Amino acid sequence: MESAILRTENLKVSFGNTLVLKGINMDIPEKRVTAFMGPSGCGKTTILRAINRMHDLTPEAKVEGKIRLHYEDVYEMDAMQLRRNVGMVFQRPNPFPTMSIRENVLSGFMLNGIKLKKLEKEEITEDALKKVALWDEVKDKLHVRSTSLSGGQQQRLCLARAIAMKPEVILLDEPTSALDPLSTSKIEDLLYELKANYTLVIVTHNMQQAARISDMTAFFYLGELLEYDDTKKVFTNPKNEKTQNYITGRFG
Amino acid sequence: MKNRWLVLENKIFVRWLSFVSILTMILLLIFFITLTVSSWPAIKANGIGFLWGKTWDPVANHFGMLPFLAGTIITSFLSLLISIPFSIAAALFLGEYFPKGAITDIFRNAIEILAAIPTVVYGFWGLYTIAPLVGKFELKMHMPAPGVGILTASIVLSIMLIPYSVSLMRQVISMTPTTLKEAAYALGSTRSEVITRIILPSNISGISAGFLLSLGRALGETMAVTILIGNSPELPRNIFSPAYTMASVIANEFTEAIGDVYLSSLIEIGLMLFIITTIINLLGRLVIKKISYSL
Repeated sequence: MESAILRTENLKVSFGNTLVLKGINMDIPEKRVTAFMGPSGCGKTTILRAINRMHDLTPEAKVEGKIRLHYEDVYEMDAMQLRRNVGMVFQRPNPFPTMSIRENVLSGFMLNGIKLKKLEKEEITEDALKKVALWDEVKDKLHVRSTSLSGGQQQRLCLARAIAMKPEVILLDEPTSALDPLSTSKIEDLLYELKANYTLVIVTHNMQQAARISDMTAFFYLGELLEYDDTKKVFTNPKNEKTQNYITGRFG
Repeated sequence: MKNRWLVLENKIFVRWLSFVSILTMILLLIFFITLTVSSWPAIKANGIGFLWGKTWDPVANHFGMLPFLAGTIITSFLSLLISIPFSIAAALFLGEYFPKGAITDIFRNAIEILAAIPTVVYGFWGLYTIAPLVGKFELKMHMPAPGVGILTASIVLSIMLIPYSVSLMRQVISMTPTTLKEAAYALGSTRSEVITRIILPSNISGISAGFLLSLGRALGETMAVTILIGNSPELPRNIFSPAYTMASVIANEFTEAIGDVYLSSLIEIGLMLFIITTIINLLGRLVIKKISYSL
């Protein structure tokens, strides 16, 4: 495998007495799109949220094993630092409703108490919004509330908010499941462009989506990683029978 | 047949609801009219100067309500100010840090029981614990040291206000969407940053509503304040001064009011308190509406 930016070593996650991830070992390549797919309850979102330590917020969640970002164990890093380096986009667009479009793009800095000069603010805003192809649509109304945007625009704004922090990795938890087909295809095009500069990890319910945009595909089933390979191989010549059944639509 | 009965039942129910709502409106109107009629002799005798008259001397037939107005406004806002840090802290503790669990239930009930203590008990307690403390402080500062006065009343009043604002604020804080909090955490915020920059700003209207509720309570509070304010019908010079509030002068002097104008003046104070409380409430609502619109 080419250079891996993320590596999990016997990663187990449990909530209370339920073991949700049963020891996952995988390498995630740098500047590629890696898709996690599988039926509901397979643990794909759980592993995604383990990467930026979102499980820290759930008292009953317990994470064992290791996740390494550039060989460094993320559970030994400062969680706040880690999350600035590993951005996240959620299932439903969640721009901050009290903030304007511009403030949303800069919210990562604002929330962390990082002061920016006016020029820096303008540069960062324009750059991030251009990267998510939202600039032309909103450049004349940066001061209006983010909630006035459409769902698809809001989701791109959330992507811009993550990009503004200049992360290395962006985690996407079913980012298009609440969007219409047109907005979905816009986001997919974006992800394809963004992988030149960022490592993208996307959880998706949608097999076609995984096939369209990802370089690597991981198939999870009941907390185990059943198959992980080049997307083309997974979809044309799956090794595991369960994977084959899933991608041919026999269950899931 | 059954269907027809359901329609009838529904009709009766709607009638009953409309009747009760209209009754409340009528009661409010009657309340206002009665107060106005009963205070008419005072309005005629004292004129409009009653509103800003500084002297309250029933023996000389001088009636001005400014000292009471000042006392009411100052104690209410001061007690609100004192209670704000405590109520926000308690609401965050119960709404954000520990929204459920046995310990939370105990704390929540304890705070709600604060509202159930009779106000006369608060007054007594304040007289024997807070007033001596304030008195000691006044002695140290080389001031006359009655112990009772605006500050003492406001401190005790602020404790009485806490349950009112906390119960509302706790609820709105606990309903902050998880998606918003997660978005902020995912950007690398600490918990205190999430609280000050996401939770509090996005609940600003609910939090203000909580404060408005307690302000209304403070404006009308009678018993505890009457015991602690020092009952001096003069314009307060500082926050240690003994003063008087509109509610407490009515409570104190109602039974001994001799003469039509005296009694009627007290009723006029009641009318004014009613009007002022309504105005402050409406203004508060307007502010809250404005804040939530700009969000």
